[in-house]
Amino acid sequence: MSERATSVSPRADTESTPQDDTTAERTPVTTGAESVVRALENAGVEYAFGVQGGAIMPVYDALYDADIEHITMAHEQGASHAADAYGIVAGEPGVCLATSGPGATNLVTGIADADMDSDPMIALTGQVPTGMVGNDAFQETDTTGVTKPITKANTFASDPDTVGDEVGEAFALANTGRPGPTVVDLPKDVTLSDTSSTREPAPPKTPSTYEVRESADPDIVHKAARRIEASTRPTMLLGGGVIKGDATAEARAFAIEHEIPVVTTMPGLGAFPEDHELAMEMGGMHGTGYANMAITHCDTLIAVGTRFDDRLTGGIETFAPDAEVIHIDIDPAEISKNVHAEYPLVGDAATVLEQLTTEVRTAPKATKWRAQCQQWKSDYSMAYKTPDDEPLKPEFVVEALDEATSDRAIVTTGVGQHQMWACQYWTYTEPRTWISSHGLGTMGYGLPAAIGARLAADDDQEIVCFEGDGSFLMTIQELAVAVRENLDITVVVLNNEYIGMVRQWQDAFFEGRHSASEYNWCPEFDTLAEAFGAKGFRIDDYDEVAETVEAALEYDGPSVIDAHIDPHANVYPMVPSGGDNGQFALTEDQL
Amino acid sequence: MTGGLEGPPPEERPTPAGKRNELGIRIDPAVEAARPTRRTVISALVEHEPGVLSDVSGLFSRRQFNIESLTVGPTENDDQARITLVVEESDPGIEQIKKQLRKLIPVIAVRELEPDAMRRELALVKVNATRPDRVAAVADMFGGKTVDASPDTATVEITGARQKIDAAIEAFSQFGIREISRTGTTALARGTDDTATVEAQHTEQPTQHTVPADDD
Ligand SMILES: Cc1ncc(C[n+]2csc(CCOP(=O)(O)OP(=O)(O)O)c2C)c(N)n1
Ligand SMILES: [Mg+2]
Repeated sequence: MSERATSVSPRADTESTPQDDTTAERTPVTTGAESVVRALENAGVEYAFGVQGGAIMPVYDALYDADIEHITMAHEQGASHAADAYGIVAGEPGVCLATSGPGATNLVTGIADADMDSDPMIALTGQVPTGMVGNDAFQETDTTGVTKPITKANTFASDPDTVGDEVGEAFALANTGRPGPTVVDLPKDVTLSDTSSTREPAPPKTPSTYEVRESADPDIVHKAARRIEASTRPTMLLGGGVIKGDATAEARAFAIEHEIPVVTTMPGLGAFPEDHELAMEMGGMHGTGYANMAITHCDTLIAVGTRFDDRLTGGIETFAPDAEVIHIDIDPAEISKNVHAEYPLVGDAATVLEQLTTEVRTAPKATKWRAQCQQWKSDYSMAYKTPDDEPLKPEFVVEALDEATSDRAIVTTGVGQHQMWACQYWTYTEPRTWISSHGLGTMGYGLPAAIGARLAADDDQEIVCFEGDGSFLMTIQELAVAVRENLDITVVVLNNEYIGMVRQWQDAFFEGRHSASEYNWCPEFDTLAEAFGAKGFRIDDYDEVAETVEAALEYDGPSVIDAHIDPHANVYPMVPSGGDNGQFALTEDQL
Repeated sequence: MTGGLEGPPPEERPTPAGKRNELGIRIDPAVEAARPTRRTVISALVEHEPGVLSDVSGLFSRRQFNIESLTVGPTENDDQARITLVVEESDPGIEQIKKQLRKLIPVIAVRELEPDAMRRELALVKVNATRPDRVAAVADMFGGKTVDASPDTATVEITGARQKIDAAIEAFSQFGIREISRTGTTALARGTDDTATVEAQHTEQPTQHTVPADDD
């Protein structure tokens, strides 16, 4: 029972251990800053996102000669979201840098975002020289203090000889086990000072106290398998952990082999092909009616890599109330945190799914259940109307982009109604093609995320960013970066001239009192895009959609489509917070 | 407002039979009782490095765990420190505390101690010195000793389990207590039982129920 798993190094370690021959030719490490940068190079880092400044200057100076391409962002928040999205697409930690004080605090939103969504990311922050720490020096902020609750781990570097090892460790921690953001705070004297020898930093490795369990307790796997075989209403719930754990193939194979209907969480979009007949698509607050019916009525829920967020579960009392829960997760602290797991399976998602695959001998007898699920798919179809006398529907715009792009196209979003339409009306079929701010719900995430995604993605993957008119304005300045770097991305503003999601809640729960949710003036996003040097487009009517979308995708560089949609459109289905998933509303009067 | 989808409204949908309680545990709605909390001692062996204490205390405030005392000090190994926590939580809450503690990178081992573990606390009690001999007598009764005396005050040191210290303080109150300082509980497991064993990562055993009749 008290076995200790061994500490492990992430892929980066095995892929790029200090190169035997190249290291010899490299200039020796002589300062703390050079050690920091060498540690990143040794970890295989190709891109870093950041903004210069006093306390981080020594690191930037070392970057000058390095094999790492640095993208100067307009704002450090943009740097952290770009690094976050880069990490999601690449499956390797994204790297962001900032100076001390305001540089570091500007990163905070992106760090918190990565923490909530368990994204691999490493942030390197400058700090005032050690001797001045605690004296309220110019641009001093207690960065490790501020970021402690929103990081997987953080450290304050104190020695030029070991700072490179610490960066390697932070890199390894960010992507081992359950991923997450790490921070290394770098006082300027530590980075400026000479090292006592020219030793290369140690390869990225997690500390010995860090343990990850690979495979689950065989005894519980055995019992869970019996439960699955005996189940008559089984449902799989695939979370973001399936994608992060590269367990998509195993999860799909298991579901298809045993013909088990599959619901995904929002971060789990892409874990299962939504055009498959077993796909019930996304569950939760704005999930499909059929996904929520399947969750509510299943007798066995096989949940993989999910933390049962409240936007998924609704009120816990009514969440999958008939189901025994088999919970596969790499983080033991997620087991029975929100929903009690009768069968706790701690381990790597792919490994545990393989264990289950071996153990489950007969498929559940669930013909009736599958028919019921198909019935729900038709009963609660997501079909929407496009009346001629009403303005352009957002769903139509989302679908038009999906149709015009490849299956591997990547979607990023801001936060609001537009984000939900992007979840609902795009058909996700591949992992790592959906990039959004799930747990933190950070407006302005979309554009910087598109920048990070673009640099990590293959050239043939289109990058489409859905933004809201409010959300886009929070990070619109990053267009300057997209133009400067000539990044091929297509931003689609679903412009309702409203803080739409807030307006929807006000209509439903605050008697339609639109306090601070109406924009009575909005910039023209197409001409604003042109001012940045990007290509601007505008859509007002259905008949402009197809050709504008085509032209924007065709354009080689950043383009912005300002799509003026029905300002009154609302997102359905909807489960109000804390509500019963099975009682989702299809119209406002059902709320 | 526009939008809205078609389909059977909520009142026409089937409803499930089951229910969960607020801890996400499936219950028989008819027989769910309140979940009692209990007081227990959790011992954590940690790397002796700056920031661990704030990691641990930050965890308790962020996750709203009920903590009664926290003590920290060096151990037999210079590189390690032991943190002893007295917490008051329900069983699932105690499980969650252990798992969250274990997740902190500098934490080496976490364990909930048996009820018979040795638990000790030190208290310094400063009272008015109007009757010094009586003060000494009460101190004696609790195995304590006077560590400081001045014309106006006497300070007594007492060690023991929490209840004993509570009782001593109660007894000293007759002299007029000026100040008290208590350390909070520190603890070790008894005999060869090791305080710092690594607990299994999941203590829950599968809880099986009968599967509903095959409706296929
Ligand atoms: C940084 C931040 N501030 C505030 C909010 C609260 N919020 C959630 S959605 C939303 C409205 C977003 O408006 P818009 O970007 O136009 O999107 P829409 O809902 O209209 O599609 C707001 C203000 C948030 N999620 N993030
Ligand atoms: Mg809007």
